Amino acid sequence: MPRIEEEIDVLPPQGVRPPLIGPGQTLRTVTDRIGGVVLEKHTPVFWLLVVALCVALFGMLNTAIAYLLGKGVGIWGVNIPVGWGFAIVNFVWWIGIGHAGTLISAILLLFKQGWRTSINRFAEAMTIFAVMQAGLFPLLHTGRPWLAAYWLFPIPFTMGVWPQFRSPLIWDVFAVSTYFTVSFLFWGIGLIPDFATLRDSAKSLVVRRIYGMLAMGWRGSARHWNRFETAYMLLAGLATPLVLSVHSVVSLDFAVALVPGWHTTFFPPYFVAGAIYSGFAMVLMLAIPFRYLYGMQDYITLRHLQNCAKLMLATGLIVAYAYTLEMFIGWYSNEKNELALVHNRLHGPYSHYYFTLVFCNILFPQTLWLNKVRSTPWMLFIVSMVVQTGMWLERFVIVVLSLNRDFLPTNWGMYWFTKWDMMTLIGTMGFFTLLFFLFIRFMPPISIFEIRTLLPQSKVKE
Amino acid sequence: MTAQPIYGLMAQFDTPTDLVHAAKAAYDDGYRKMDTYTPYPLEEAAEAIGVHHNRVPLVCLVGAMLGMIGGYSLEYWVSAISYPLNVGGKPFHSWPAFIPVTFECAVLGASLAVVFGMLALNGLPQPYHPVFNVPSFTGATTDKFFLCIESQDPRFSIGETKRFLEGQHPLEVAEVPY
Repeated sequence: MPRIEEEIDVLPPQGVRPPLIGPGQTLRTVTDRIGGVVLEKHTPVFWLLVVALCVALFGMLNTAIAYLLGKGVGIWGVNIPVGWGFAIVNFVWWIGIGHAGTLISAILLLFKQGWRTSINRFAEAMTIFAVMQAGLFPLLHTGRPWLAAYWLFPIPFTMGVWPQFRSPLIWDVFAVSTYFTVSFLFWGIGLIPDFATLRDSAKSLVVRRIYGMLAMGWRGSARHWNRFETAYMLLAGLATPLVLSVHSVVSLDFAVALVPGWHTTFFPPYFVAGAIYSGFAMVLMLAIPFRYLYGMQDYITLRHLQNCAKLMLATGLIVAYAYTLEMFIGWYSNEKNELALVHNRLHGPYSHYYFTLVFCNILFPQTLWLNKVRSTPWMLFIVSMVVQTGMWLERFVIVVLSLNRDFLPTNWGMYWFTKWDMMTLIGTMGFFTLLFFLFIRFMPPISIFEIRTLLPQSKVKE
Repeated sequence: MTAQPIYGLMAQFDTPTDLVHAAKAAYDDGYRKMDTYTPYPLEEAAEAIGVHHNRVPLVCLVGAMLGMIGGYSLEYWVSAISYPLNVGGKPFHSWPAFIPVTFECAVLGASLAVVFGMLALNGLPQPYHPVFNVPSFTGATTDKFFLCIESQDPRFSIGETKRFLEGQHPLEVAEVPY
């Protein structure tokens, strides 16, 4: 049976911050508790159930992909005038989700925010897995992913042509692949000392050997730590401008085009804020069940959830400002195509998408102003789910509502997604959750060595 | 005492404070070839044994430069030399449009250099190291703190170094065999 410990969260009085780490923790309990999640012999039942469900969804994803490769992108709803459809909506949505992981691991590290420590490891894992899902969509959207290699990357081959480096689409290839690599490296080096801990705590010889190889002979030497810490800070410094560049470049895929609703200069900051908004919603959607199922309330405390909620509220307000500005500029431009776009959003055939989006991303998250909502995990979970839906709708509105009615009314049309579109989207959710659950079973989901530095007894007393 | 050569003498401590005191005392006593082993980064311990700077930032700079030059040269060669293609009347060498990829390549080069440079400077992966021969050394990744004075140090002598370490209130002092 899973060790579901009773909920120890108590609503703190107004104005009092809950502690970062539960009481009575020592270097040994931290190691045993977090390492125990991985080294525990018995796999919890809920884990098996979730993984079984996710494997089924992963199978559905593979079915959808196999059929797509056999028949071509015609099985999706994309057509003229809406040629981007679900593929790009899902791409932007998934890549945005990844951004909160880098924000937590890199930007909050540079700002010396101690609370990032409990959640950075799995937030980084979330980034990597989300970028993997994101990467699938443009590849599949090419219809022939095996040829996409030379369309996307500068690979010398017989025809002698090269990618078009003046296009944001090719910048995107470099930005996303760099982002994936750097996130993976950041996550990987953070894991080395924790693999060494698992190597030394494991009882079984096989397990010790496996983690021993992954730890690469880490022994905690002062000289090693010294270089490790420098490398960690440098990577954080590199990842910070990188993460801002990634979603900025994604937004330029749209903003460089002349299509009404896309051709705006404020897209980069708007997209980055939206990305972090949905990313924090995903962090909460993973953290809340995880801390409950594994009894990790001592490490992922209410303080962490509250801080994530506050960041979500702040980025949500930036997003709300961007929506307002979009409408205002459309009206203020007095340009008929821009005005038509505003009209299309408010009164067009997809207006229910737009109004649901406003409800999910602007109105409903205002409940986060209440301390009660920020301090109650299940309420936060619901708000996060609503925000996540809203952010998906936002990308739908951006992609579809600009393309379905552009300059010439003769070009107007509707976009109908098919069951294959839906199977691919839901399939990637299953794949993402599957990777995440495999990760928490086989790798320390909370950074053990960084949690140690938060303990009072880890400080040197003069 | 056996005649077998040993790697060094390893003292185990219960708290970081004891370790840092012992490391400072050893440094003041003239020992230089020594290392501390801790379950988390302990800046004071590194300072105490005289570890201050490292070359990781330099490696990072070199990686960033290589990535930057590589990325920009690739774009220039591809767009202006190998297959000049007129796209929308833009110049073959459209440098402002080449900046984003140059930036991404610089970040990629720097990050790869940082990670692999850090591992290389640390001599990792390293399948064997004598310190693992001490049975209680598994504590170095949990909750114990170690100071190892190596036999290569000119001031090292088994008897005297052992007496010195025992005077620092350790939990135990062990010989580290090769």
